[in-house]
Amino acid sequence: MSKTILTIDDSASIRQMVALTLKGAGLNVIEAGNGAEGLTKATTETVHAVITDLNMPVMNGLEFLRKFRQHPAGKGVPVILLTTESDDELKRQARESGATGWIVKPFKQDQLLAVVKKVTGA
Amino acid sequence: MSSDPAETFRQEARELLEQLEQGLLDLEQNPADADLVNSVFRALHTIKGSGAMFGFTDVAAFVHEFETAFDRVRKGHSPVTGELVAIALDAKDHVHTLIEDPQSAIDAGVPILEALRALVEPDRFPAAPMPAAKPAPVAEPAAPAAASRWRIRFHLPSDALLYGTNPVLLLGEIAELGPCEITALTDAVPTLDAIDLEDSYLGWQVDLTHLDPTAALDDVFLFLKDGMDLSIEPLVDAAPTIAQLAAEADEVELHAVTEAVALREPEGERTDRATVTTGTSLRVPAERLDELMDRVGELVIAQARLSQMAAHSADPNLKTVAEELERLSSGLRDTTMGIRMVPIGSLFARFRRLVHDLSRDLDKQIEFITSGEETELDKTMIERLADPLVHLIRNAVDHGLEGAEARVQAGKPVKGTVRLSAVYAGAEVTISVTDDGAGLDAARIRQKAEEQGLLTPDQRLSDQELYQLIFAPGFSTAKEVTSLSGRGVGMDVVKRTIDGLRGKIELSTVPGEGTTATLRLPLTLAIIEGMLVRVGNGRYSIPLSAVEECVELPASADIASRGRSFLDIRGSLVPFLRLREVFAASGEPDGHQKVVIVSSSEGRVGLVVDQIIGNTQTVIKQLSKLHSGLETFSGATILGDGTVALILDTSHLVSYGQAQEQQLGRAA
Repeated sequence: MSKTILTIDDSASIRQMVALTLKGAGLNVIEAGNGAEGLTKATTETVHAVITDLNMPVMNGLEFLRKFRQHPAGKGVPVILLTTESDDELKRQARESGATGWIVKPFKQDQLLAVVKKVTGA
Repeated sequence: MSSDPAETFRQEARELLEQLEQGLLDLEQNPADADLVNSVFRALHTIKGSGAMFGFTDVAAFVHEFETAFDRVRKGHSPVTGELVAIALDAKDHVHTLIEDPQSAIDAGVPILEALRALVEPDRFPAAPMPAAKPAPVAEPAAPAAASRWRIRFHLPSDALLYGTNPVLLLGEIAELGPCEITALTDAVPTLDAIDLEDSYLGWQVDLTHLDPTAALDDVFLFLKDGMDLSIEPLVDAAPTIAQLAAEADEVELHAVTEAVALREPEGERTDRATVTTGTSLRVPAERLDELMDRVGELVIAQARLSQMAAHSADPNLKTVAEELERLSSGLRDTTMGIRMVPIGSLFARFRRLVHDLSRDLDKQIEFITSGEETELDKTMIERLADPLVHLIRNAVDHGLEGAEARVQAGKPVKGTVRLSAVYAGAEVTISVTDDGAGLDAARIRQKAEEQGLLTPDQRLSDQELYQLIFAPGFSTAKEVTSLSGRGVGMDVVKRTIDGLRGKIELSTVPGEGTTATLRLPLTLAIIEGMLVRVGNGRYSIPLSAVEECVELPASADIASRGRSFLDIRGSLVPFLRLREVFAASGEPDGHQKVVIVSSSEGRVGLVVDQIIGNTQTVIKQLSKLHSGLETFSGATILGDGTVALILDTSHLVSYGQAQEQQLGRAA
């Protein structure tokens, strides 16, 4: 059974790029346009991993992450943050909020696949 | 790009298989090269992955087994040997068959796999892709020479599990680095009443055989390294014994972990998804290139017509446009021809396998050296060169190179050398196959030729002429017929193919030192420079590369030609053919007839024509099937004014002219 990945991003083109890449690798992809929408989907559907943007309207990535980790469905599920900066402070913050890993934008499709594979084993 | 995904896969797989074959052959030379092992593994992996995606389940299943076996090599459990390479090549061939012709003999794979397994895991050591089920007390014999053992100990941050880190995956990544033993460290696990179910307490100790795992481990712990305890130390002693392990009382091997590993392992196995590389090259079906070339050809013709019209027109604008178009279309023609050019290396690579197999079958040690792989030739030409080169290389190995004993007696290294090289020579490419064997034996060739009635004992021939007899149909000097060569089919076919490519073949030999077969080929088949001539009312194009010179037909020779027709060209006699007679042209011949001297590997002949019009770019159009039997013509072209000119097949005319002369000579 192929795994389901949730991609949360306010940019439709990033979501599409992530979705195309992951579908190409045989994964199921569901999409959400912001953290709140993402949280609903992540807690009501079976999700094996989440790839989320940081800066988003309504609910940003870190907030999504903290709420998701508090929810029973969110414990132990790998979450990958998409960030534009690679500064250490952000990474520390990300880890403290419960991120499993991160990808610095811009990234290539195979980098994305490599990280998804690394954290999910898919 | 083909619209049929299955065809796309086949094409990709063909390339990967070729890559695989090269990798295996390279590996035979450098068995310790880990990069090569990895590249072989990657090729297998990609074939398996995409095979499964496109419904080639038999392929995927077979390659999976193949890959599993090779994984043991990659992990250093099993050494690379000549035997392994040979079986792996068989397996590669089988995959090829499965892809091209899935119906044929799927069962053929079973013995190959058995042979492969027997070789890589003689003791049925279980090939676990993940941490071994137990800290295996098995010594790791085939570890890379410089690799040493390292002890890695780590505890994850306590929130790692909650935050989605899966230690099983991390251990899997470490296990992929090399042979290792994994032990769980339970010293930090608190008593039941103090346990927080969401926290991570376990630590792991991994004894890994690796050159230096520090950088690789940085990658493994990419997202964790700031918040975790990690120590990497070289291990002084060899693999720990069971006794040692047992002595480490506080470190209990945790069966639960390995069982969990087994459970968590996804069905099938982990696949690297074929990574999407954004390359700078584009795959286009060859037919489209042919079509493009055809259209460019038409364009060049149309442009030539326009130029001709412009030349006769007083309109300066028309002249400007015509010139501009001429410049553009000649640029377009060059670019299009360039697209069709392929480095010959792709062809050379195939022969390494051939030499490898020949070396094994004939029990001769051979060093195969290639050079000039980057030399580019028209794609069609490269395809048609494959068979002739196979024959030449077979001959070099089978007939050229002596057996080991004979070589030692002759004071040569036991290992024979076969060289295959390509170089540019003007508008031609020269490809040569050279061996350092005994050389051609003129006496034996003569004897054989006489036996076969190709030569009468009183005929005198120079050595060079004798060597040419090798190209006669049915000629073979092999003492015994082997499965490889010696049937006497081959060299005549080689010559015919090379002639068909408007190329030339020459043999040169130094007794005791070796033989060289040299092919000279034009760069392209599609467009040639031609010399346009008129015979009667018809116009004909003669490939300029074959033209040696043009002379006027002296009146004396004209008169003397009632009997035999020879021209005295600076002291040497050249027979000539009257094209008016050959083509049965009507009307009176011109007062001053011209002779175009053309040459081929068989000699020279003069072609008597009415008028030499000049040089033209000749875009070759194939004759229709109905006319393809006409040997005098190799094709047709359309001239600037829209009329058609036939292209003369000079090599045929030369042999025809020579034969005529001989007949006349005998009659006289």
